[in-house]
Amino acid sequence: MKRSLPLAMLLALSLAPAASAANEADYKAAYAAAEAASREAAGMRNQWTVTVSALAAAKRAADGGDFDRATTAAKEAEALAKASIFQAMSEKEAWKAMEIR
Amino acid sequence: MKARIALVLGSVSAAFVALTLASPRVIAADKVDPAADAKAFQNFFFQKFPDVKREDFVNGPYSMNADMKRQWQEKEEFPPYEFALDAGKEMFATPFKNGKSYADCFPNGGIGIRQNYPYFDEKEGKVVTLELALNRCREANGEAPYSYVKDEMASLTAYMAFTSRGKPMDIRIPDDPRALAAFENGKRYFYTRRGQMNFSCASCHVQSPGERIRAEILAPALGILNAMPIYRSEWSGMGTTSRRFVTCNSQTRAVPLEPQADEYRDVEYFLSYVANGLPISGPGARP
Amino acid sequence: MASSIRVRATSNGDITEVQTLIQHPMDTGLVKDAKGELIPAHFIQQLTFECNGKDVFVADWGTAVSKDPYVKFSFKGARKGDDLKISWTDNKGGSDTITAKIA
Repeated sequence: MKRSLPLAMLLALSLAPAASAANEADYKAAYAAAEAASREAAGMRNQWTVTVSALAAAKRAADGGDFDRATTAAKEAEALAKASIFQAMSEKEAWKAMEIR
Repeated sequence: MKARIALVLGSVSAAFVALTLASPRVIAADKVDPAADAKAFQNFFFQKFPDVKREDFVNGPYSMNADMKRQWQEKEEFPPYEFALDAGKEMFATPFKNGKSYADCFPNGGIGIRQNYPYFDEKEGKVVTLELALNRCREANGEAPYSYVKDEMASLTAYMAFTSRGKPMDIRIPDDPRALAAFENGKRYFYTRRGQMNFSCASCHVQSPGERIRAEILAPALGILNAMPIYRSEWSGMGTTSRRFVTCNSQTRAVPLEPQADEYRDVEYFLSYVANGLPISGPGARP
Repeated sequence: MASSIRVRATSNGDITEVQTLIQHPMDTGLVKDAKGELIPAHFIQQLTFECNGKDVFVADWGTAVSKDPYVKFSFKGARKGDDLKISWTDNKGGSDTITAKIA
């Protein structure tokens, strides 16, 4: 299951179900979670550009009052950040498989 | 397109393989052996491309494609980096405000020494690249440092590379655990997947040299820094090693590190060392 | 100030081969700078090669030609030692000219 997490992420993001109307509180919670994960990824020096832009998109949507879109974007940002953390963790050992010996 | 699908599939299956192998197999806590690594690295490419002359690897994609090579050789009669090279020569000869010049910071006045960079500075305990050394020279003489990714730095390193053209890459790794650690760190960086695209440097330059990524032909990793800095048609201008590392990161959708970050210095150290013996061909021109 | 035109002209029997590299930004007018403002179009409009009083190559350029253009062509009817004059004018009224000997 862990192995297919990135694949599952990709699938989940493309099949995102239509959420019921989100409010500002939902957005704030989602954004906080996303930001925390993003900070962790950045701390591991493995931040993805798409994470940063998803977070920015979430903020922009929220500033414009569209909390549905903002929450969706924030959740996507969190998923991307978590995938990048997973990547950093698994690559700690996985890189050796690619090494020319 | 096909290559990209293959890479994605490859990355997924590699992840599978890596995770299954990682636990039961004991990856020996190896003693770091750069000489053995370099030998294996070079042999990998010599065997994969037996028809490519060894010195030719430093020509990147041109060593992989005859038609591109012909076009490049024609252009080398009147190379696009000529302006940067002339500018670099002039900049190098121009003294700082305090009367000193770049020649005072480098062995042999900075001429014909590019093949010794990067080197491991035992006092500092870190890898020092040519770009870093140039900016330190500037700062030590009261001048503002240049951006690592812009034209001035590229012009300077173009000139210094040109004075070393043909000389074999000659990187030393002192018998110092910190130097060995830096080499190993660089090696690890090179093979580590990053970015949403999940590519490592090796994904393109070890697994797929000579193949296409979109419209570009990929260069082999062996000797890939020997031609730096390069005039890239894609950039309509010169690019330093720092610029290339930064853009490669963002192209795989990884947020780049700061130019001359430890990881970049170390990977430059690793890639230069494993190319020892191959000639400096810089400054270069690339598509 | 150094010329923007670098040229190499070599005679091979009846045929003269010319290579030239011209330093020019060739801005299209479509690119924005770091501040988000459009960099105005600045490009060579006409490039002329003249030999023995005759135009041997004339180019009418626009924004599709890239920065620092490189031109290579051959022509007949000149000999070693003849003068080859190259000049260009751009859309901002800029120009440059150089004369080289055919080698």
